Amino acid sequence: MDWKFLLEQAPSGGMTYLGWMMSGLMWTMLVSISAWIIAFVLGSIIGVLRTVPLKIPRLIATTYVEIFRNIPLLVQMFLWYFVMPEIVPAELGDWLKGTYPNLITLPFAQFSLWEFTAAVLCLGLYTASRVAEQVRAGIESLPKGQTNAGLAMGFTLPQVYKYVLLPMAFRLIIPPMTSEFLTIFKNSSTALTIGILELTAQSRQISEYTFRTFESFSVATLIYIIITLTVIFLMHLIEHKVAVPGYVSQGGH
Amino acid sequence: MGEFDFSIIVKSLPILWSGLLLSLELFGIALVGGIFFGTLLAMARLSSFKMLSYPAAGFVNLIRSIPFIMAIFWFYFLTPVLMQKLTGQQGEAVGPFTSAIVAFIMVESAYYSEIIRAGIQSVPRGQPWAAYALGLNYWQSMGYVVLPQAFRNMIPIMLTQAIILFQDTSLVYVVGLKDFLGAASKAGQLTGRIVELYIFVALVFLVICFSASKLVKYIQNHMDPTRQRAVTKDLTLNGPGFKPGGA
Repeated sequence: MDWKFLLEQAPSGGMTYLGWMMSGLMWTMLVSISAWIIAFVLGSIIGVLRTVPLKIPRLIATTYVEIFRNIPLLVQMFLWYFVMPEIVPAELGDWLKGTYPNLITLPFAQFSLWEFTAAVLCLGLYTASRVAEQVRAGIESLPKGQTNAGLAMGFTLPQVYKYVLLPMAFRLIIPPMTSEFLTIFKNSSTALTIGILELTAQSRQISEYTFRTFESFSVATLIYIIITLTVIFLMHLIEHKVAVPGYVSQGGH
Repeated sequence: MGEFDFSIIVKSLPILWSGLLLSLELFGIALVGGIFFGTLLAMARLSSFKMLSYPAAGFVNLIRSIPFIMAIFWFYFLTPVLMQKLTGQQGEAVGPFTSAIVAFIMVESAYYSEIIRAGIQSVPRGQPWAAYALGLNYWQSMGYVVLPQAFRNMIPIMLTQAIILFQDTSLVYVVGLKDFLGAASKAGQLTGRIVELYIFVALVFLVICFSASKLVKYIQNHMDPTRQRAVTKDLTLNGPGFKPGGA
């Protein structure tokens, strides 16, 4: 084993191989965090819609969840990247393939804005269906009396959600949401199939250039582990900070 | 909007069918292997021998903190090396399919071991104690008393994981295997009609996985509810990052 090659100059980008790895890490983070914002906002809305006493919104939300979680992520990735530009109106498709990728030049990337957008949209919308299930489970785990008490006090239904249900539900689902974030972070590696050079892709590229497969995979694996542990630690802190005394279980540890 | 030509799917059916068969084969082997080794891993993790429980916990947490694709790359690289060491033969070629199978069994055994561990822990402690008191040894108490109850408790969650596994088989695309998705991709390159083929693949997965998840729900609704509660409660108590599922 020899780790010194990491500090050697890589063939492109004016960086060392370690620099390649770091740019991969940067893209893993950028894709994951951008997708998480979509997943969190959209997933919360859909999760709430699945619990409201209105038929049509509930049906739409349920359909969304069933479609997005029953198609493999990789297939969805190809649908966004290859299929979407072909099935939208021709002008929009041409714009997506022609003008849009060159709007901004991405730093440290051999891919364009379009690959990045497709990956973020795909991961975000897919994870939204999983987040929605967690939000729904959180709301449904609250006693029915909470909704009834809120309504009896003259709150409107949106107010019941805003002041009574959601503040409790979001605290309850911090642990499963943490694992959803870790899942999106790991799932971001599927973006390598459409050309995003994220951490996993960079580690493979480095192994192809240097033939130091063991070392370069080990570095990437170590980075993944460090981030996983950091996220778990941070979310533990947040969970304890926002816990409602005597209500949310602190047990299990 | 471009012209759709769905006759291309009919023409590509033979290659798509062989791809689907490969996906199903991978799924079947990974499922059986994953549950078998997952059970052993769960037993090792719950063992009071630190020599067993620490390495098992280390392996499971390691696999679960890296992306599935990273794990596939790892085993794709390691399997030929290890095979050579094991058989002592030089230059013995290990095909991509064997490497993919090893990768899937390893990864799935880590995922399944977490479910099975929760399942074992959902069986009241009095059960193995009673078994020991009756004179059964560890393997007898596990085999005749604990595991049969644990597996019955775990059925819905194990089936849900199986659906996720079936979807994850598409990830072998990254090592160039012609699974269902890989076959569609290949047919798309040959015919230049990738749009119709990817839509078709998505629909087939949607139909299979949706029906399967409805079936799981049906089984769940016809099961003694206290059984599943015990498992899911244990799984959530295991804390963040330790939920089954996800690539």
